[in-house]
Amino acid sequence: MAIFLNSDSRVIVQGMTGSEGMKHSQLMLKSGTNVVGGVNPRKAGTTVDFEDGVTVPVFGTVAEAMEQAQANVSVIFVPAKFTKSAVVEAIEAEIPLAVVITEGVPVRDTAEFWSLAKGSKTRLIGPNCPGLITPGVSNAGIIPASITSGGRIGLVSKSGTLTYQMMYELNDYGISTAVGIGGDPVIGTTHIDCLQAFQDDPDTDAIVMIGEIGGDAEERAAEFIKANVTKPVVGYVAGFTAPEGKTMGHAGAIVSGSAGTAAAKKEALEAAGVKVGKTPSETAALMREIMASLA
Amino acid sequence: MDLYEYQARDLFESHGVPVLRGITATTPEEAEAAAAALGTPVVVVKAQVKTGGRGKAGGVKIAKSPAEAAERAREILGLDIKGHVVRTVMVAEGADIAEEYYFSLLLDRANRSYLAMCSKEGGVEIEQLAVERPEALARVPVDPAVGIDAAKADEIVAAAGFDEADRAKIAEVLVTLGKVYTASDATLVEVNPLVKTGDGSIIALDGKVTLDENADFRHPEFAELADVAAADPLELKAKEKGLNYVKLDGSVGIIGNGAGLVMSTLDVVAYAGEEFPGAPKPANFLDIGGGASAEVMANGLDVILHDEQVKSVFVNVFGGITACDAVANGIVQAFEQLLGRGVEPKPLVVRLDGNNAELGRQILQDAGLPGLEQVDTMDGAARRAAELAAN
Repeated sequence: MAIFLNSDSRVIVQGMTGSEGMKHSQLMLKSGTNVVGGVNPRKAGTTVDFEDGVTVPVFGTVAEAMEQAQANVSVIFVPAKFTKSAVVEAIEAEIPLAVVITEGVPVRDTAEFWSLAKGSKTRLIGPNCPGLITPGVSNAGIIPASITSGGRIGLVSKSGTLTYQMMYELNDYGISTAVGIGGDPVIGTTHIDCLQAFQDDPDTDAIVMIGEIGGDAEERAAEFIKANVTKPVVGYVAGFTAPEGKTMGHAGAIVSGSAGTAAAKKEALEAAGVKVGKTPSETAALMREIMASLA
Repeated sequence: MDLYEYQARDLFESHGVPVLRGITATTPEEAEAAAAALGTPVVVVKAQVKTGGRGKAGGVKIAKSPAEAAERAREILGLDIKGHVVRTVMVAEGADIAEEYYFSLLLDRANRSYLAMCSKEGGVEIEQLAVERPEALARVPVDPAVGIDAAKADEIVAAAGFDEADRAKIAEVLVTLGKVYTASDATLVEVNPLVKTGDGSIIALDGKVTLDENADFRHPEFAELADVAAADPLELKAKEKGLNYVKLDGSVGIIGNGAGLVMSTLDVVAYAGEEFPGAPKPANFLDIGGGASAEVMANGLDVILHDEQVKSVFVNVFGGITACDAVANGIVQAFEQLLGRGVEPKPLVVRLDGNNAELGRQILQDAGLPGLEQVDTMDGAARRAAELAAN
């Protein structure tokens, strides 16, 4: 089962013919993803050859890929300058899931395409995210498939490498689905959306939630957990030592005045009954205790 | 990037927002000349610093002659306002203020939308007003796909409770400020105060603007607004090399791949440092990206080793798509490049984990680089790096 991405997922890649698009399309194929096409209006009708004799058709539009190849997931690698028009196209074609990997998208563009995505038929993940993986089943994005196999822990995170670190630390238990929601100030799918989906997913027993400084998404997730999530949740928040007013790598990772601090997020999560680790390793250890007690 | 008041003034003016004339000065003599050029009976000398509370700190003063403007500038230049040293003042026309209002348009992260805030009671600390008298501050959501059109501006001025007679004039200014916001790719446009003068004109008297750096590619004209003089030299050097670097004040240099992992590394090092004499802290944030290539690694190490405060360096990499053997080869090449450039090495603790970690560790061990130690866990490596930086 897992969430958002399963054995029925038929993936297209917008920007497949670029260098990142090529590299990661190949990796997605190798990890068993059903990649059914690329999208590039200038190369429509051509095909792209991958290793092991795999050939993938290139479509002119997302709508054509949906009609002709029954695509239901688009992974978007197009450069920041052109991301907005690619995402708008995907939303207008009503693709069920659009995953925006691109980093450095102007927040005005994201705010504008979110305004369109909200209430549409498209679930948007990202931008500035590593995508999501249901290990052994499907991989939509750039998460390395070799870190872990499938399991019953759900993982949601703003950060790519912290996602990988946590998957690695928990690889003997395995992951149902890991979703990297992205580190920008405005993102499509939120912690709360993933918590709800994991709560409803019969293949997920417990949830790890990774947050970081900036905004109040973690505080709102804490309220949501208190009211709606009965499965055990373990949390981690990065950025306790980040100075005020400095952007720490992710465009959204900034403490403004007294708002958006890691301490406030940890406190809110703990008040909601979430065990919060001080380091990634301690967080993994807390989850291991829970998994052991569930066994 | 935050703009100075005078930069915001210029930006407003270029979009047709009514502002007063203002001239910048970096010396009392320039301030005197600026006041003479303005030629108004009263001028205001205003410290240009990127922080609030200038008035209370003595950074805004009235002058009634060019000579007096020079005196006021002499008092203000060099002032330290909340850690910001005043290097520039703006000499602005005096205004005949009848009423002071507040307006801002900003990115509302929680609602993934824009938010306009407006009050008839401007000129005060708006955070204080929001807490003490929230009913006096109108909050109106603005759809990013539409922005502030005439209808939205009417809604905002009505919500703020302006007198009927003033609404049309204020709404017109709000539409223009909305254009400044979208056309400049801002995440904040704040006017405090927005004033009504004795003759009924509406003027943006003080402005604060934050620009989205992700949109720099659409705005080559903003490159000159960057504040090179006030920037940290190591941050400038890192920026030239395209590195994601923030200077901090500790002694443990940090390099990692991925923003979240690096933020986490800073925390883990700070916790570990508490156990050692002098409680060593992280010296910087540096994210070399998920890929962690040799060249970027070399550039990153170069910046960090030039930080005189750095006593030890912690390289924390999780091998994902770029597996650990490639990262290890990158570190070896980076070392060779740096030794070739004559850079003095410092004690270096490396933690490699993830794909092909064993292979990567073996490569580093075989290379026998001077001062390089490996620790297999993030917590353990952070502890060792802190220990090496302890005094």
